[in-house]
Amino acid sequence: MQKDKKYWKSSEELKKDSKVLKKFRTKEFIEKLPEDIFLSNKKTLEDSTTNRRDFLKYVGFTTAAASIAACEGPVINSVPYVVQPDEIVPGNANYYASAIANGFDYRNVLVKTREGRPIKIEQNKEASTFGECNARVLASVLSLYDSNRLKGPKLDGEDISWDEFDEKIIGKLTNLSQENKRVILLTHTLPSPTTQKIIDKFILKYPNVKHIVYDSISSSETLDAFESFFGLRAYADYDFSKAETIVSIDADFLGDWQGGGYEGGYSKGRIPKGSKGKFSMSYHIQFESNMSLTGANADQRISCKQNVLKRILLEIYSQIIPGNLNILPGSNGLGEMTRKRVIDVVKRLKRSGKKAVVVSGIQNVEIQKMVLEINQFLRSIVVDIEQPRLIQKGKNDGIKYVVDGITNGSIHGILTFGTDPGYTLPMGTDFVKALEKIDLSVVFSMKENETSIGSKYIAATPHYLESWGDFEFKYGHYSLAQPTIKPLFNTRQFQDIILKWIGEKSTYYSEIKKNWKANILEGNSWNKSLHDGFYISNKKLKPRTINLNSEYNFDDPLNTLTDDSIELVLYTKIGMGDGCQANNPWLQEFPDPITRTTWDNYLTVSMKDAKKFGFKNINIANGGLNGSYAKIEALGKEIVVPVLIQPGQAEGTMGLAFGYGRIKGMNEEMQVGVNSFKLYQNFERIQNAKITLQSNEYHEFACIQLHNTLMGRGDIIKETTLDVFNSKDKSYWNPVPVVSKNHIEMPVNSGEVDIWKSFDRSIGHHFNMSIDLNACTGCGACIIACHSENNVPVVGKREVRKSRDMHWLRIDRYYSSEQSFESDNEAVDAISGLGETLSVMDDMEKANENPEVAFQPIMCQHCNHAPCETVCPVAATSHGRQGQNHMAYNRCVGTRYCANNCPYKVRRFNWFRYNKNDEFDYNMNDDLGRMVLNPDVVVRSRGVMEKCSMCIQMTQKTILDAKLEGRKIADGEFQTACSKACGSNAIVFGDINDSNSKIKKLKVDDRSYHLLENVGTKPNVIYQTKVRNKDIS
Amino acid sequence: MASHYEAPIRKPLVTGDKTYHDVTVDVAAPVEGKPNRQWWIVFGISLTVFLWGLGCIIYTISTGIGVWGLNKTVGWAWDITNFVWWVGIGHAGTLISAVLLLFRQKWRMGINRSAEAMTIFSVIQAGLFPIIHMGRPWLGYWMLPIPNTFGSLWVNFNSPLLWDVFAISTYLSVSLVFWWTGLLPDFAMIRDRAVKPFQKKIYSLLSFGWSGRAKDWQRFEEVSLVLAGLATPLVLSVHTIVSFDFATSVIPGWHTTIFPPYFVAGAIFSGFAMVQTLLIVMRKVSNLEDYITVQHIELMNIVIMITGSIVGVAYITELFIAWYSGVEYEQYAFLNRATGPYWWAYWAMMSCNVFSPQFMWFKKLRTSIIFSFIISIVVNIGMWFERFVIIVTSLHRDYLPSSWTMFSPTFVDIGIFMGTVGFFFLLFLLYAKYFPVIAQAEVKTILKSSGEKYKRIRDGK
Repeated sequence: MQKDKKYWKSSEELKKDSKVLKKFRTKEFIEKLPEDIFLSNKKTLEDSTTNRRDFLKYVGFTTAAASIAACEGPVINSVPYVVQPDEIVPGNANYYASAIANGFDYRNVLVKTREGRPIKIEQNKEASTFGECNARVLASVLSLYDSNRLKGPKLDGEDISWDEFDEKIIGKLTNLSQENKRVILLTHTLPSPTTQKIIDKFILKYPNVKHIVYDSISSSETLDAFESFFGLRAYADYDFSKAETIVSIDADFLGDWQGGGYEGGYSKGRIPKGSKGKFSMSYHIQFESNMSLTGANADQRISCKQNVLKRILLEIYSQIIPGNLNILPGSNGLGEMTRKRVIDVVKRLKRSGKKAVVVSGIQNVEIQKMVLEINQFLRSIVVDIEQPRLIQKGKNDGIKYVVDGITNGSIHGILTFGTDPGYTLPMGTDFVKALEKIDLSVVFSMKENETSIGSKYIAATPHYLESWGDFEFKYGHYSLAQPTIKPLFNTRQFQDIILKWIGEKSTYYSEIKKNWKANILEGNSWNKSLHDGFYISNKKLKPRTINLNSEYNFDDPLNTLTDDSIELVLYTKIGMGDGCQANNPWLQEFPDPITRTTWDNYLTVSMKDAKKFGFKNINIANGGLNGSYAKIEALGKEIVVPVLIQPGQAEGTMGLAFGYGRIKGMNEEMQVGVNSFKLYQNFERIQNAKITLQSNEYHEFACIQLHNTLMGRGDIIKETTLDVFNSKDKSYWNPVPVVSKNHIEMPVNSGEVDIWKSFDRSIGHHFNMSIDLNACTGCGACIIACHSENNVPVVGKREVRKSRDMHWLRIDRYYSSEQSFESDNEAVDAISGLGETLSVMDDMEKANENPEVAFQPIMCQHCNHAPCETVCPVAATSHGRQGQNHMAYNRCVGTRYCANNCPYKVRRFNWFRYNKNDEFDYNMNDDLGRMVLNPDVVVRSRGVMEKCSMCIQMTQKTILDAKLEGRKIADGEFQTACSKACGSNAIVFGDINDSNSKIKKLKVDDRSYHLLENVGTKPNVIYQTKVRNKDIS
Repeated sequence: MASHYEAPIRKPLVTGDKTYHDVTVDVAAPVEGKPNRQWWIVFGISLTVFLWGLGCIIYTISTGIGVWGLNKTVGWAWDITNFVWWVGIGHAGTLISAVLLLFRQKWRMGINRSAEAMTIFSVIQAGLFPIIHMGRPWLGYWMLPIPNTFGSLWVNFNSPLLWDVFAISTYLSVSLVFWWTGLLPDFAMIRDRAVKPFQKKIYSLLSFGWSGRAKDWQRFEEVSLVLAGLATPLVLSVHTIVSFDFATSVIPGWHTTIFPPYFVAGAIFSGFAMVQTLLIVMRKVSNLEDYITVQHIELMNIVIMITGSIVGVAYITELFIAWYSGVEYEQYAFLNRATGPYWWAYWAMMSCNVFSPQFMWFKKLRTSIIFSFIISIVVNIGMWFERFVIIVTSLHRDYLPSSWTMFSPTFVDIGIFMGTVGFFFLLFLLYAKYFPVIAQAEVKTILKSSGEKYKRIRDGK
């Protein structure tokens, strides 16, 4: 190729010595530019300060400005990872083991995070203790996204920086320390080895600081009793799965008694074990005043006044451990009936021997000592003394010292962490007023609270999901908490702040690690413990034997309450506890398992007392429940509270729940109920009160179950007694309904009487769910788990009142109308004639004064012949290959025909738009609150029907994972939110096409039945007949 | 037909000494004249109520079905009650015009036009409810089996609600065509009499170029017969299908095989009552007493009495079968109807529908215009309650007592119902003003055989 190839621009270039070309070479512009005119005008030229460089600058700047202005558009602050973290795969959840210890709830948990944000709390099933999460713990993830949280530290209500904050307080502390003025560090029980060390160091640096532990709801006397015998402030631990006879005297151990979390063990013992004819299960008798969750589950429940409860315990004690001259059998002032019962109880206790246990919630040192004595005498294997629970340590006189000191001025500074004495003290408002006068008042808190009103400084602390932590909930059982998200706000952990104040450079995290490696792990791996969330060492308390027959003097407790006064019994609800999470809409909308009422606390009153005082509960035209207002006069205070008539409430007692009536740091909608801490004088759970009818006005309750009895419909909750269960055939206690075909009676589940073709189930999975009515305690953890997994909306008090609750899963609670459900059924069966029908059915509507209770969790039954599927005109609900009844929200036009035709009434309609709607100002209406939403489940729009999907997003994930890994799915891998959350293992989920699965065995179990089998819906949910241990000993 | 011999003992169907021209003038009078004060007052009230109802509908659609009183247990209440009530009312028109035509019942001629108008207007009201009761009414067209780009999505042919869509739309179209066919010669009559060019233009459009030739008349007769043949099964099928909404379900109190005949009887019962209500007023206001005579009223009262008794038997049969079935849930559903929290609705239904028509056994009462009017209103109230009882009291306490609750309407529920009543009367008033309210062409065919004057001449009195 030619190398010197030239390109020419014009023909002139081809000419040699072209004139034009020459001209171009010398001059850029051929024609003359009028520069003379411009340059000749010297004045303008000199006046101008703009030189060429300036000009270029201006041009550059304006061009840039113009282009920037043109580019303005919506700026979305989503910053992609520069380096994507290894562990985050979009669309895959990560789980971290952690622990919660908020002063009321202490649990090991598993935190589910998606794309770096925690969205759900699950049980840490590997943790052998404190792994069963109640509703409050499961709901705690929502409290992380509470828009009322503090965004940073505050001084006198103004935002300040942490540096300034530290500087000011260190200055104050140093001054107070030099002047040796008393400063109090008031915290809830911190069962944290490292925190204790940090606090010790803090006290070393500022010796004027005194650490006081204050538990808002105290069991100080129980701790005193234990301490007096074993030298450690702790609770004995119990393993109810080993129990054959459980005698509980006012111990709500399925609720919050001594930290709760006993449902797992209890339920294990409740399921009949053995072979035909020799089945056995535990026997549980409960003596109590309020209708508690525990009492509702008992085989026998005796309601009595508090002073009678004490006498019952004395009687049991005197019969079991004879020889105490102060307490003689038969001399404890019991009525004849009760005495007979006690004799029976004692007989059972003695027969069960070491498999028997007595527990009590009576806050009295002597009583609690006696309980420990009885259990020791029985050599009960249910009780664990060697590794007791360390979750509460508070002493009642501690807080008394603080309150006195603050009022009389002997205390000059107070630092409160994790408690809100302004709310939980009976004289809270006075206390907060007194705080204003003292030199230093600091509140460590996630949110503003009642105490922070009077405090100068507020240190914004993170939520536990943003925090490190180490705990020893049970002697030798250590737990670790780790942050699962970067702190959302400018917050610092309490421990880090303290470390700063004592001038340490280290962080709480490094202190934990150091302490654990040195003192706890015994050479085991830190990483493994962090991964597991717990570490269990072998350390145990030295076994000690109690000297039986201590000197007991009972004049005092027997006489404090007279027989004719009303005993106000304060209690905690499983949905609210002490109220530290009162701003959590999931918990507010959580129906109490017993009353099934949401968004309120109330005075529970027995039927007889209601009549006596003129209290009424009425249902208005739309069904909504109304209750009279009662005025409680006690301790010189007056509190007006709505009345809820409670079957099973002991006459002469009335119950009132803690945890309500908070105002500060709360959304307006959440400011419901009354603060019963106002009546919690001297930590006395039982108060003498004068009760009167306040007015003729009614309080509007939001109760989700308006009909309380089963109407003798024994096939809804099938139950039998252990005796019958052992001696009779299945067809006697769990018969399949029959229908006549050609005058031959055939069971309804036979193909003969089925007009539908059944689905081909031979390939793939076929999901079934079994619910054991013996194991279910009704605690409701599953309801919150379902809420959290499936983005179920919160609709608020007004809508719940209109029977528009959205729960996909509910736990129906029924009271018997006669003495028992069995006699209900008998009464209905025995009806003859129209007149009797009318009168008996009318009676059936009313609950018994002291009823039997039954719980039944109900979600979509995923019928194989689903009535909803045939009626939908647009086929929005249809059947899946795996047995589920699907709901295509996008296709639904909202005729509600499916809900009408559902015999189980499990379908929920979106009456309004429940997200991004100011009318429903709950978590789905703010950007922060929506962070809790599960991205795997769609948020439903208004006008569509929704319901339980059997957590199809979870089962599909399991299938896909197994497919990717090329393996078979093991039994137990398939789970739903509720089956995963059930601490008592009442809900079992699985694939019945897997012939070795647990669910397959449960499906063919003698106890199994389908709900409303006679309708012919062929559900995929199975219930296990409830067996009650009512044998007469 | 005019040559048809009629027995002297038969009462004349047209009273007064009417000639053909008199008939023409009488029927054309309201159309040609100006509406009177009462017309304007009633029109004003109807318009106001209609607009109020329209406002309630707009509020519902923009905010959500939650503005009604429904809840998780009671998913239908006033919406479907109103739907069934309005559909039922419609049935009388078709029965009168189609079934009575086939049975050559000449007395229908005085009332069939208005009865059919009532049918169409009430079916329009009925048709509103299935649309607005949906959570997402803007997607209502998904109920139609139209080819779509959503994939292979198709309607569910198992669903009675879908059958409703077909039944109601068929009913409305057949009724409309039937009604209009009958209107053609009458519109032509008004066209021919019209003096104002605009009026002439409009009525000539409405009359589809009716020429009055023998061929026109012949085709008219043929089409009428064919359409009557088509409409007759609809009288039975439409309400049968509506009853399937309930009968095919599994809810005690709904799942009842007696529903189809019981619903059809109830529909005719309520429809005749509504015809009665409307015509007793109209014959007075529009001076049509000679065409809609006491005999007409009496005959309709007899129909009301018979259908009311059929309905009563159905109610009692339901109770008996509930007891006889031995099914606990079924028994309770009916016990609850009669003695539960909604006992008042049940007994309102019983007394209005079963007891009140029994007065019609007395000739004095069934020929009393005022009494007939009162009973017709009572029957319509009773029939509304019947649907309310079936829908709400069955739903509010079904299988699981834990879900039992109550229903109470909100102002929106009431507003929408009142709005449809307003809309109905609005349409009827416009009809009474602008349409020939008596099938004058048909009446003229019987004038010679059943007119009072000609009867008298023939019988030599």
